[in-house]
Amino acid sequence: MNTVTPVTDATFQSEVIEAELPVVVDIWAAWCGPCKAIAPILDQLAEEYAGRVKIVKVDADANPEAVTAAGVTSIPTLGFYRAGERVDVLIGAHPKPVYAAKIEELLA
Amino acid sequence: MQEVELVIVGSGPAGYTAAIYAARAGLAPVVVAGSVTAGGALMTTTEVENFPGFIDGVQGPELMASMRAQAERFGARILMDDATGLDLAGPVKTITTGSGEAHRAKAVVLTMGSAYRKLGLPEEERLSGHGLSWCATCDGFFFREQHIAVVGGGDSAMEEALFLTRFASKVTLVHRRDEFRASRIMAERVLADSKIEIAWNSEVAQILGDDRVAGLRLRDTLTGAERTLDVTGVFVAIGHDPRSELVTGQVDTDPDGYVRVAHPSTATNVPGVFAAGDLVDHTYRQAITAAGTGCAAAQDAQHYLSHLAPAAQPAPVLEVSA
Repeated sequence: MNTVTPVTDATFQSEVIEAELPVVVDIWAAWCGPCKAIAPILDQLAEEYAGRVKIVKVDADANPEAVTAAGVTSIPTLGFYRAGERVDVLIGAHPKPVYAAKIEELLA
Repeated sequence: MQEVELVIVGSGPAGYTAAIYAARAGLAPVVVAGSVTAGGALMTTTEVENFPGFIDGVQGPELMASMRAQAERFGARILMDDATGLDLAGPVKTITTGSGEAHRAKAVVLTMGSAYRKLGLPEEERLSGHGLSWCATCDGFFFREQHIAVVGGGDSAMEEALFLTRFASKVTLVHRRDEFRASRIMAERVLADSKIEIAWNSEVAQILGDDRVAGLRLRDTLTGAERTLDVTGVFVAIGHDPRSELVTGQVDTDPDGYVRVAHPSTATNVPGVFAAGDLVDHTYRQAITAAGTGCAAAQDAQHYLSHLAPAAQPAPVLEVSA
């Protein structure tokens, strides 16, 4: 199933940094309205880009290390990773075409 | 391209209330709710204490989910999509959405609401999301045991300041006058809170910091004297501006961008186009007033549709008894 899968402090290294595919990391929390608003969009993108990009989510409430490492002070924050390096960041809730364009850039 | 009776643009209290009334009137309205803005301004609030009928208050997102479900129950169709273009002239209006669909409607209710007002400082864009925020419920969590500033003097600013005391070691409320515009109950709570300090007669001259907020430069509005406030986070709640970009030049707006309607009706100057909620209202701006005008807009639209030339109406079904 190609939905957005959860990643934790414990699995961040293996699932994101050492991933073979480019990875989009969505840092979110249950109390964040805009995070919930974009969740269905990210699910759709995970489906559409299956096999080319991996989209994962990190619950800010439960994973302080990932939050601190990413320097996050505002959510939703999306990090775009290629070969273990964060190459782009997008803060805030945006319409789907904005995320799709960022993913295309990540693949370029 | 399918033609419907009514399209409602926006999904705050005005939009969903218009949808409930229009659906119950049999108009099967289509609501262009917004792909990430659905539910409107209440989606980022916490407790709503003044919406009638909720003795113990209600969470903003919960209230909006209920309004949506109520509209759907009576047959409103909710599209989680953004209106990107509106063509309002003529008897048939066209609403284009972000996914590229075009919807045709005989009448339109505009309820796009308002957007957070920015401070208007050059560094705002750069520091946005890096210590500068418009959403205390989203971002307060990241400022635990830190000193945070809230800018503003209305109910939203009071609510943000009080909410942020859950996380912050100290909250400084920066307000350009010497009294609050907020309701008395909210102002009194703020003044009584030991974690909140007020910087009266102060405006933000500059947000300090390169890649994240490192402080605020405040200017005294009476003397012009400047001082630095040592904060790591800034939450802005200085008001809202109407989201009327899509209709500017098509319907009458006032100099501040609010859509003009023929009070007490919700009719704009364009036949078949009605407007409600914060898009119209610079005075009251409450969930309940938005809901009230949304109700009025649905009824005005219904009245308009029922008086269109009979040719535009579905043909009556003739029943012949044997």
